[in-house]
This record gives sequence, C-alpha cells and structure tokens, in this order.
Amino acid sequence: MRPEYRYALMNTQTPHPPVLSMRNISITLGGRKILNSVSLDVERGELKVLIGPSGGGKSTFLQCMNLLVTPDAGSVSIEGASVNPHDKKALCRLRQDVGMIFQDFNLFDHLTAVKNVAIALRRVKGMSREAAEERAMHELGRVGLTDKADLYPAHLSGGQKQRVAIARALAMDPKVILLDEPTSALDPELVGEVLAVIRDLAKSGMTMIMATHQMDFATALASEILFMEQGNIIERGTPGSLLAPDSATRTRDFCTRLADM
Amino acid sequence: MLSTMDFFWERIVPNLDKGLWLTVQIIAPSAIIGFLLGVFIGTLRVFGSPKIRKVMDVYTAIIRGVPLVVQLFILYFGLPSIGIYFQPYTAAVLGFILCSGAYHSEYIRGALLSIKQGQLKAAYALGFTRVQTILWIVVPQAVRRALPGCGNEIIYLIKYSSLAYIVTCMELTGKAKALAAQTFRFTEVFFAVGLYYLFLTTVATWLLAWLERRLSIPGFGGKSR
Repeated sequence: MRPEYRYALMNTQTPHPPVLSMRNISITLGGRKILNSVSLDVERGELKVLIGPSGGGKSTFLQCMNLLVTPDAGSVSIEGASVNPHDKKALCRLRQDVGMIFQDFNLFDHLTAVKNVAIALRRVKGMSREAAEERAMHELGRVGLTDKADLYPAHLSGGQKQRVAIARALAMDPKVILLDEPTSALDPELVGEVLAVIRDLAKSGMTMIMATHQMDFATALASEILFMEQGNIIERGTPGSLLAPDSATRTRDFCTRLADM
Repeated sequence: MLSTMDFFWERIVPNLDKGLWLTVQIIAPSAIIGFLLGVFIGTLRVFGSPKIRKVMDVYTAIIRGVPLVVQLFILYFGLPSIGIYFQPYTAAVLGFILCSGAYHSEYIRGALLSIKQGQLKAAYALGFTRVQTILWIVVPQAVRRALPGCGNEIIYLIKYSSLAYIVTCMELTGKAKALAAQTFRFTEVFFAVGLYYLFLTTVATWLLAWLERRLSIPGFGGKSR
C-alpha cells in the first residue's frame, strides 16, 4: 500500500479532521512538472519538516497550501472543509487561517514593525487602530521585539525582520503556519534567534509545516520529515527512523552531504 | 513716460498680482486632482484588467501625443459645436488635470512596477484581497518612489498653466500680454512675468522638498530620518 493511502486510512479513525489536508496536488509551471500528485495531512500540533534539494518542489508545495499558487489538480482542505481556489472570499478566509513565513521576510517596507503586524488586523480583520496595535505589541513581545516596535524594516537585522514576520503571522491567530526556509537568508549568527522563536511555537503546540535545511532543528522537533525530490515526496517518517545511523535512506544520504559542506 | 522702476511698481505689479491669484487658483486644483488622477490611472495601467489597461494606455498615448494647446482648443473652442460649453477657467483646469494625470500615471506606473513581488505575496498570505493589497501596501510605497518624478511634473504644470490665456483665462501670462500690448513695453513686462513664474516654481520646489521629507521612510532612497 502506498504511504499516502495508509495515511488516509489512519485519518478516518481520528475524531478530528486534519488541520490541513492536501490531496493529490499537481502543478506544471513553464512546461515542467513541479508537483506530481502530492498528498499530505497535518494534524493539530504537528511539525512537519520538508527537506530535499532545491527545485524539488518544497516551496511550490508550501505555496499551494495557502493557494498563493493554484494547483492544476488536487484539493486543499482546512479542518475538513475543501477550499475552492476560485472563490475569493474562501481564499481570503483560508489565508487568514494559514500563516506564512517567507525566506526573505517580505515585511512591508513602508511600515514600522508594529504597523507591519497591525495592518492585517485592521484591514482584513477590521479591528480598530488601537485594538490592532495593542495586539501587535503583544505579538512583538512574544518574539522579544517590544523595543523595536517603531523601527522600519530598513533598520532591523535579518533575524529581527523574520521575528516581526512571525509576529505578523501569529497576530492573525492562524490554525497552521507555513515556513518556507525561514533561516536561509540569514547570516549564520542570526539563525539561532529565529529558530528559538520557532522552537517555542512548536512547544506551545502550534501546527507548522516548515521547509528547512536546519537538520539539527528538524531532528529535534519534527513530528515527521518529508523528503521531496522532483515533485514527489519520496521518503517520509519520524526523524529517528529516517536518520538512524544504520538506515540507508535518501534522507540520511542528503543530510550527510549537507553536514559535509 | 514712466521710468522703468515706476512702471514696474505702478503698472506691472498691480496687474500681475491680479493674474497671480488666478494662476494659483488654476495650479492648485490641477496639481492635486491631476496627481490623484495619475495615481488612479497609473494603478489601473498596472493592475487593471487587460481591457482597462488598454483603454488607459490609449488615453495616456493621446494626451501625451497631442500638444496641450490643441487639447485646450478642443475643450474650449471645439466642444461647443457638440453642445458642451466650458467657462475659460473650467476649460483650462480640466485640460491641465487631464494632461498632468497622464504624465503622473507614467511615473506612478514605473514606481508600481518596481515594487517587489514579495510585498504582494505577503499581503495575499495574510488574507488581503487584491484591492486591499493595492490600496494599503502597493500604492503607499509606489507614491513615495514616484514623488520626485511627480514633483517634476508639478513644476512643469506651473509653467504650462501659462497656456490658459489661450482660452481667454486672464491669468499671469494673459495679464502680462494685455499690459505689454497696451504699453508696448514688452521687455519689462515679460521679464517681470518670468520672475513671477520663477517665484512660483521656487515655492513649489520648497513645498515638494518638505513633502518628500515628511513622507520619507528609511529604506526608500534619499536621506532617511
């Protein structure tokens, strides 16, 4: 039995539908097959880690999860409800429930840290300016940036920018957060502060899907590691099973080469 | 005959001051509404549906491709033949708004295209609609980037506002021309009117520099606060 099917069977026995469920997602971009009928269920509180070589489809797969990229085929469901990618209202609702952290932060350049966090609360959730900024300050406190609230992105370090981006996502009370190589654009000495915030989130039970090359982090915290290559999930399992010293998995091979660099 | 200095203070200044006020009344609405129109058209030219984009591109091409004098002639002398009558002032202001809107839209369009895709993606990922993204994320950034170019257009506007006299709107240039024709003292009168325009553009330059400072944000080029 293919792993996806075994997974689907397991899910019928759980009382709650998965927080996020991707079914047979396929997409071709520029004549190249980027995702080849990929499926994934994410249960509440899980941290799924996507690894694999660049161009393997990790980023596109993540962007299909909040439908920033519309797949050619397949379905996305949040808490059991399938989302129609052409229904704009449903799309906006889905994206409020699915936070996203980008590799290059994408803070709004014209807004201070606190306004970056507050703007979606005001414009999307319709909160008052006061309420939105109060909530924003609370979220900045969670990522340890209360004192940077009034700085513009140009005056923040990469690590601080990424922490503001995390606060911005958290402020929307998402059911799941997608992280697309959140530390890849950072100077090595800034990686730790961002990973610490993500670690706290994982420990507080936030459901997350993260593409990363930080294998120590993945090994310590992932509920499951998914190895993606050429548009397929070719291996999946707990860190223990995939990375055991005697396992001859593609994942282990890849990680050994990462470590050698 | 009055000496040059007496002629300047007794005839030129009182005459031109009357025209100056009308010139300011032409420039102010043309600059403000023209800029807003430019932001609107520029945004449609980048984010509108293909059909709207085409329409706006054609509008810009026509306005930029036809001399402003000809446009004013059409508004004031041409349209009455199909039953549309404008006061001289209205025709002039309308002509200037349409004209500067087209030019502003080009600066805004360039600025909009320079906004990184990541900014839009981040907004969509937070649940912003397309219109909200444009309104709250893209346009505020683009306007800041376009401001130096748009300021340039406003300086141009101050000078091409002198064309209003062609549709019998007696602003600065109109007053000057009438006085010169009356007194045959062309050199003094036109030299003086040149100084009046230089004064206007200098004030506008200060205002624009102040506005740029007011709106400046670290990371948006130029000196940050």
